[in-house]
Amino acid sequence: MEEKKLAIIATKGSLDWAYPPFILASTAAALGYETQIFLTFYGLQLLRKKLALKVTPLGNPGMPMPMGMDKWFPVLLTALPGMEAMMTSMMKKKMASKGVASVEELRELCLEADVKLIACQMTVDLFEMDTAEFIDGVEYGGAATFFEFAGESDICLYI
Amino acid sequence: MANFDDELDASGLNCPLPILRAKKALAGMDAGKVLHIIATDPGSVKDFEAFSKQTGNELMESKEEGGKFHFLIKKS
Repeated sequence: MEEKKLAIIATKGSLDWAYPPFILASTAAALGYETQIFLTFYGLQLLRKKLALKVTPLGNPGMPMPMGMDKWFPVLLTALPGMEAMMTSMMKKKMASKGVASVEELRELCLEADVKLIACQMTVDLFEMDTAEFIDGVEYGGAATFFEFAGESDICLYI
Repeated sequence: MANFDDELDASGLNCPLPILRAKKALAGMDAGKVLHIIATDPGSVKDFEAFSKQTGNELMESKEEGGKFHFLIKKS
């Protein structure tokens, strides 16, 4: 059986959206897929050694909040200073209590399983990101690099 | 439950951790050996079926007992 391939583009840099690429990549690797994640724009935040990912209900009416706050709490008040930090901390506690892995843990599992992480060179330059703050083992490339692998992939996801 | 050689308690862990831990445990075992996995994630029932189909490691048994899910997987 020839090895299947999964190519993922990760474009989002929030705590909640950090999960899909790392969950799918680590699981695919466990199932025997050769897997690559191409990280571009805000997805580059997922490469930081020290992750500072946050979650916010702003602009996201679908996000369930504690005490049914998504139903009665005025949206504007969720923009108050400290709300983002509070929501992030509550989300992390909730995840830990439900046995959901941390983003750090899932990323580590991806690396252990040889999931290849490719950072978009253009966005690194655009945002003047310091690649010394990124984890080791990241490769750098552009759209053509992505297509080299994605063109032969069995599954290709844009997240 | 039939005999097994190794045991993995994935109780309290949620998707995809039971699968990832099982994969790691199987990697350290010899072909033909059997791994007993205990999980509490209801999603693991279908997930271990799918894992078995895709990796070729046979799912010998899958059952619920005492509010927990038990799986026997033979390393291929």
